[in-house]
Amino acid sequence: MSAIVSLRNVVKTYTRGKQTVEVLHNLSLEIAQGDFVALMGPSGSGKTTLLNLIGGLDRPTSGEVSVAGERIDSLSSGQLAKWRARNVGFVFQFYNLMPMLTAERNVELPLLLTNLSGAQRRQNVQAALTVVGLADRAKHKPAELSGGQAQRVAIARALVADPTLLVCDEPTGDLDRATADDILHLLQMLNRDHGKTIVMVTHDPKAAEFASHQLHLDKGQLVEGDVKAAA
Amino acid sequence: MPLLWAALWRKKARTIFTLLSIVVAFLLFGMLQGVNSAFDQAVERANVNRLITTSSVSLTESLPYGDMAQIEALPGVAGVAHASWFGPYYQDPKNMVFAFPVEPERYFPIYPELVLPKEQFDALVHTRTGAVIGADLARKYGWKIGDKVPLRSTIWTKPDGTSDWNFDIVGIYQVPSDRAQENAFLFNYSYFDEGRSFAKGTVGWYIVQVKDPTQSAQVAAAVDKLFANSPDETKTETEKEFQQAFIKQIGDINKIVTYILFAVFFALLFATGSTMMQSVRERVPELAVLKTLGYSDTGVLTLVLCESLLLCVLAALLGLGIACALFPQLKDTIGVVSMPLPVIVEGVVGAALLALVVGTFPAWKAKRLDIVEALRS
Repeated sequence: MSAIVSLRNVVKTYTRGKQTVEVLHNLSLEIAQGDFVALMGPSGSGKTTLLNLIGGLDRPTSGEVSVAGERIDSLSSGQLAKWRARNVGFVFQFYNLMPMLTAERNVELPLLLTNLSGAQRRQNVQAALTVVGLADRAKHKPAELSGGQAQRVAIARALVADPTLLVCDEPTGDLDRATADDILHLLQMLNRDHGKTIVMVTHDPKAAEFASHQLHLDKGQLVEGDVKAAA
Repeated sequence: MPLLWAALWRKKARTIFTLLSIVVAFLLFGMLQGVNSAFDQAVERANVNRLITTSSVSLTESLPYGDMAQIEALPGVAGVAHASWFGPYYQDPKNMVFAFPVEPERYFPIYPELVLPKEQFDALVHTRTGAVIGADLARKYGWKIGDKVPLRSTIWTKPDGTSDWNFDIVGIYQVPSDRAQENAFLFNYSYFDEGRSFAKGTVGWYIVQVKDPTQSAQVAAAVDKLFANSPDETKTETEKEFQQAFIKQIGDINKIVTYILFAVFFALLFATGSTMMQSVRERVPELAVLKTLGYSDTGVLTLVLCESLLLCVLAALLGLGIACALFPQLKDTIGVVSMPLPVIVEGVVGAALLALVVGTFPAWKAKRLDIVEALRS
C-alpha cells in the first residue's frame, strides 16, 4: 500500500529563552494509507511534536514532510490552513469543543470553510453524528455530555469533512477504561470500515493494542516499532 | 454568524454589562449630538433675506420704536418688523410659552413661511387681545380658536401691578417647511405696549428684510451706522449670525458636547477594549482549535473583529434607538421633533470605529496565535 505520510531527515528544534532544544533528530518515517498507527514513548520524547508535523500544525526546522501526496513543510501558513481543512481531522485529549455551541454546531465548524449549502452541511453533520452514535445528542452542549460523548462529538467533527488522515493526541487520556475502549473501538471501526488512516499518540499500552502498528519514540528518535523506517 | 453570536454570549454577565455601558454612551451621544445638530439645523434654516437688529449692549436691552421708520427708509431695505420677548408661562412656571408681541401687518409678510388663513389674520388685526398660535402649541395645550387663554409674564407688569395677560385665540398658523417652528404665540404689539407699565414705545429687536441678500452686509452696516453714537446703538447681523449668537449665550454647545463625548468614549475605549482582550485571552485554546480545523490567520482575525463590530454596533443601535424614542421629549426646549438622521449615521459609524479600535489589538493577537503553543497552554 502507498505511503500517505512520509518524513525524511526531519529535524525539529525549539528555542526556549537562550536555549535551543532539538526535539526530533533526523527522523525518517513512512505510514501507509489506511494504517492505524499508535505513536508511543515517554514524556518529552517528541510524540506530540511529530504528530503536529504530520497534521500540518507545525513545520520542521529541516527535512521533508509529505502527507497525502503534498510537501507540506514548504507551505505558507494560509496554504497549510487550507490543506488541514481538506486533509486532516484532529482529535484531542480534552476534546476541545466550543463550550457555547451545541454538538451539531461543533461538528459543523469545519464545514463552514466549504462551499456546502446549509442543508448539505446539516446532512453531513447528521451523518457524522450517526457514525459516532450520537445523533440523539445533536442539540446538547458539551457541558451536557459525558466525557465519552464529548470525545465522540470531537471525532464526528474530525470526520465530517471526510479527511484522509485522522491525528489523535491521547484521545483516551481523559477517559475511564470502559469509555476509552468504546472510543478506541470507534477509531478501529473508522479505520477498518471507512478507510481512514489514523495516527494516534498514546501513553497507554492497552490503547496502543487497538492500532495496527506501534511506533516508539525516545529522545526524538524512533527506537523500535513495526512501522517501516524510511531509507 | 452562530459562532460570532455564541462567542459574544460566552460570558453573559460580562457581555451584558459591556453592552449596557456602550448603550448608555450612545444614548448620551444621541441626545447630546442630537441637541447640537438641532441647534445647527436652526441656524441653517435661517433666512438669508432677513437681518436682525438688536441693541449693541445686550439682547435684553430695548430699542426705540421710532428707529423703525429710519431703518425702513434705508436703501436696500424691503420691509421692517419687530418683536419683543414677552417671557410668559401658562398656569405653571414650568409651562414656558414662546410669546412675542408683533405688528401682524409687518411681521407676517416678512415671515412668509408662516401659513395663516386670511380670515384668521384679519381677526388678529382687528382683535386687540387676539393671538395666533402655532399648530404644535395648540396641540400641546389643547387650545383652539375661540379659547380665552391667560398667560403670566415673568417680565412685563401692568400698571395695577399684576402680570396676568388675557388673550383670545383667533388663529392657528402652520409652517409646512419646518414643523419645529409651530410653537410660537404671536399677539398684537398695541395691546402689549398700551398694557405694560414700563418701557413703553420700545421693541425688543427689529427684523429687516433686504431686497438683495448679496447686499446684506452693506445694509447691516448702514443700519448700525444710522444709530452710531446715539443712546441706542445697534448691532445688526444676518438671521444666521443672530441664531448662532443666541445659541452661544447658552454656551459653546459644540465644544461642550465634544468634551463630554470625548471623555465618555475615552472611558468606553478602555472598558470595551479590556473586555475584548479578556474575551480573546480566555478563548486562546478555542481559537487555536479553529486554526487547527483550517481557519486561516486572517479568518480568525476577521472573526474577532466581527465580534467586536457586532457588540459595538448592536449596543450603539440600542442606545441610539432609545435616544430616538426620548428625543421628542426635548421638543419644547430645542424645537426639533425627531432625531436628525445624520446623528444616527454618525453614531453607527462611530460605533464601527470604536469596534475597530478596541478589536484590532485582540484580533491581531488572535491572528498571531501559534497553534502548538496555544494548544499546549
